[in-house]
Amino acid sequence: MNFKNKVESRSLRLLSTSLVLFITGAITLSCNPDETQKVTTFNQITFADEFDKNGALNSDLWTYDIGTGDNGWGNNELQYYTDRPENVVVEDGMLKITAIKEDFEGSGYTSARILTKGLFKQKYGRFEARMKLPYGKGMWPAFWLLGANIDEVTWPFCGEIDIMENAGSQPTIVSGAVHGPGYSGANPLLKKYEFENSRVDTEFHIYGVEWGPNYINYYVDDVLYNRIAPQDLDDEEDVDSSDWVFNDGPFFMIINLAVGGNFDGNPTEDTVFPQTMYVDYVRVYYGGSID
Amino acid sequence: MKKLIYKYHIVFPFIALMCIALISCERGFSDDVEVATFGSNPEIYTDAPVGLTDEFFESFDPATGANPEGFGTDENEAYSGRSSIRIDVPSPTDPDGGYIGGIFRDRGKGRDLTEYDALTFWAKGSTTTTIDQVGFGTDFDKNKYAVNMSNIELSTKWKKYIIPIPDASKLVQERGMFLFSAGTSNNNGIGFTFWLDEVKFEKLGTIGQPRPAILGGQDQTAQANVDTTVPLTSFTYTANLPNGQDVTVSVTPYYFDFETSNPFVASVNEQGVVSVDGAGDVDPETGEPDAFATITASLGGLNAAGSLTVEAVDIDIISIFSDVFANVAVDNYNGFYEPFQTTLGGSIEEDGGNVINYTLLNFVAIEFYGRGGSGVPPVDATEMEFLHIDIRANEIVDAADYIDISLHNNFTQSNEVSGTFRVNGSDLTSNDWVQFDIPLSSFSGLSAREAIGMMLFVSDGTIANVSLDNIYFYTEN
Repeated sequence: MNFKNKVESRSLRLLSTSLVLFITGAITLSCNPDETQKVTTFNQITFADEFDKNGALNSDLWTYDIGTGDNGWGNNELQYYTDRPENVVVEDGMLKITAIKEDFEGSGYTSARILTKGLFKQKYGRFEARMKLPYGKGMWPAFWLLGANIDEVTWPFCGEIDIMENAGSQPTIVSGAVHGPGYSGANPLLKKYEFENSRVDTEFHIYGVEWGPNYINYYVDDVLYNRIAPQDLDDEEDVDSSDWVFNDGPFFMIINLAVGGNFDGNPTEDTVFPQTMYVDYVRVYYGGSID
Repeated sequence: MKKLIYKYHIVFPFIALMCIALISCERGFSDDVEVATFGSNPEIYTDAPVGLTDEFFESFDPATGANPEGFGTDENEAYSGRSSIRIDVPSPTDPDGGYIGGIFRDRGKGRDLTEYDALTFWAKGSTTTTIDQVGFGTDFDKNKYAVNMSNIELSTKWKKYIIPIPDASKLVQERGMFLFSAGTSNNNGIGFTFWLDEVKFEKLGTIGQPRPAILGGQDQTAQANVDTTVPLTSFTYTANLPNGQDVTVSVTPYYFDFETSNPFVASVNEQGVVSVDGAGDVDPETGEPDAFATITASLGGLNAAGSLTVEAVDIDIISIFSDVFANVAVDNYNGFYEPFQTTLGGSIEEDGGNVINYTLLNFVAIEFYGRGGSGVPPVDATEMEFLHIDIRANEIVDAADYIDISLHNNFTQSNEVSGTFRVNGSDLTSNDWVQFDIPLSSFSGLSAREAIGMMLFVSDGTIANVSLDNIYFYTEN
C-alpha cells in the first residue's frame, strides 16, 4: 500500500485488459479445456469471517495495529488506529471500520486497521471480501496481503499483494497492485478498474484475487480485470522475473481505512466525517489444483 | 469553411423537409416512431430536437429582458454527430434583450423519466465563463418538478455535465425537458457563445451520497401568530458525481414530503408553506399548552437536513427585519457614519433567507426616522413590551465582549431620549444563533417610545463580525 498511482491511459488499459483476457483465455484453454480460473478452482474454504456476531472482532481470527506507525505507516497517513468500538465493530452482520475526525493522542483522526498476522496465513488461493467503501477526498480503504516473513526479511522483500485500494475522491475506481524488491512504493505493478455503472460507496462489491504459482488474477465481482505474472517484471526497469516473491511463502491479510496520506492526499473541508467501510465477509479458499 | 447558423424559425422547416424526405422514402411512421416520440425516450437533442414542440426553443418572456434571437443550431460544431445547439448570449444592452433563456418541452403529454438518474449534456463555450442556470422540469405550466443547477462553469473544450435527478419516481409525466438561462454578469458584460450537444436523460448508476436539505440545512426557529403562514425556503439536493465532486441543485418543494411534530400547532402543505393552526394542545403534566411544532422533510425516503420549529404565539408585532413578518420601512440597515464608523455590511441573502451581516463592527445603526427627508416614519412602540433579536457572533467570543443595543426616541430631535441594553459575550455563542427577548423596560433611560427612529449597535470592536435576524418589537396578548 506504499506507492503512488501509476497512470495509464484508458486506451492502453483497455488494450492491455483485452490482451490479458485473451492471453488468460488462451492459457486456460491450452492448460485444461475443462477448467476456467474461477472460484471453483479454489473450492476448499480455509478462512471465513461472515461477521455475524455483534460486538468485537473474533480474536481467533483478527488482531489490530494500534497507533500511527512510523511517519503515518510510511505513507504520511493522518489517522491514529485504535481498537475502540467507535472505530471497529461488528454490527448488522457486517464489520464496520469507521474513520472519525477527532483529536486523539496527537492525531486529528481515528480509524482502524485489522490483520490476521500470527493467526492466519496462506500461500496461494482465492482471497476475497465483499465490501462497501466510504467516500470523500482523503479516504483510503484497502484490503491487502503481506508476506508472513516480513519480520525476518523486511518489506518489500516479503512481498505485498494489494487486492483492493480506493481513493475516496474517485468513487468509481479501485486498483490492485503488487509490491516486491525493486518494484515497491511509487513503482508497483498496478492496474485500475473503473465501474461503468456503479460506485464503491453505494453498493457492495466483491474484491478478490486468485493467486497461484506464477500468477495473481484480480477480480471485481465476476470481472477478471488484471493478471500479474513474473514475466511482467521483465518489462519493468531494474527488475526481472527473478524478483517475483510470490512463490516463496504464505501471506497474511490486512483490512484498513486510512485517512490522508500519499494515495489520495488529505481530506478537505468538504470531506464528510465520520466515514465507514463496511465488510460483509472475508473468505479465503484453497484448491487441490494448486498442490 | 462557411459557418451556418440556423435560427430556430428556419431550422424547423428544414427539419420538416428532412422528415418529409425520409417519410417519402419509407412507408410512413411505424409504431417505433410513436414510442420514440412519447413514453420514456431519454433523448432531447442529438443532431436534431427529439420529440420536442415545434417551437423547439421557447424563450422566457421578452418582457423580462429575455432575448429570443440568439438561439439556433450549428452544423460546424458538434461533440458527436453533425450539429449542436448554438446559443449567442447577448450583452446587457442588446435591444433585443439582455439575456437569453428558455425551455424545451416535450411535444406530447410528457415523458416517463422514472428510470433515469440524471440529465446530461455536453457543452463548450467560446470563452471560459458560466451559464447562469441549466435544468429540467420547468414546463411553463406548473413547473412542479423543476430542478436547476446554477453557475455552470464553461470551458473552451467539450465537457460533459451531469444534473442529478433528486427523486425520479416523481417524474411519471414530465414535459419540461430542458431549461437554460445565460447572461454576461460573469463575463464583464461581454457577449459570448456556447454550444450544447447530446442533451438527454440517462441512468448512470454512478451518482451517490444523496443529501436533500431545506432551509439551507439549518435548524431554524420562528414565532408566528395563529392563522398566519410561514414559507419554508431553500430546497436543495446535493449528490456526489462519478468524478468525486459534489453538486447541489435547487429543487421545488414538491419533491419533499413534510412532517409536523405537533399537528395542533402547525401543518405544512406540499408547497412547503407552514400554517400555524392553533396555540397547541394542553400538556396534561404541565397544564400549559405545547406551542411548539417542528417541521421536517424527507425526499425519496431520505431525511432532509434542516428544520423549522414554529412557536405559536398571540402577539402584536412591529417588525424591523424578518422573513416571517411584514417589515416596516426603514432608512437603512447601516448608516455608514464616517469617519468614525468602520462597520461594513447590511442585509444579505443567506441560505435562501435574509439576514443582516456586519463586519469590522465598532458601531452601526438601523435607522427608521426619515433620514434626509425620506418620509420613513418612526415606530410607535408604546404598546410593545419586548424587543426580539437573533444574534450570531461570526467569530470567537470572549465573556468580556459585548454588544450594546440602544433605542432612540425622537432621534435627532431636541426631545430625544434613549436607553441601552447590554448583550454580554457570555450570552452569545460563536457561529450559532442566539435568540433574545428583551423587555423594553430594560432599556433604562428610554422614557418614551412613541417615535423610536434608530437602533444602535456598539461593540467597540470587541465583536467585529456579527449577523442579526428577526428584529421586531412585540407584545403578548
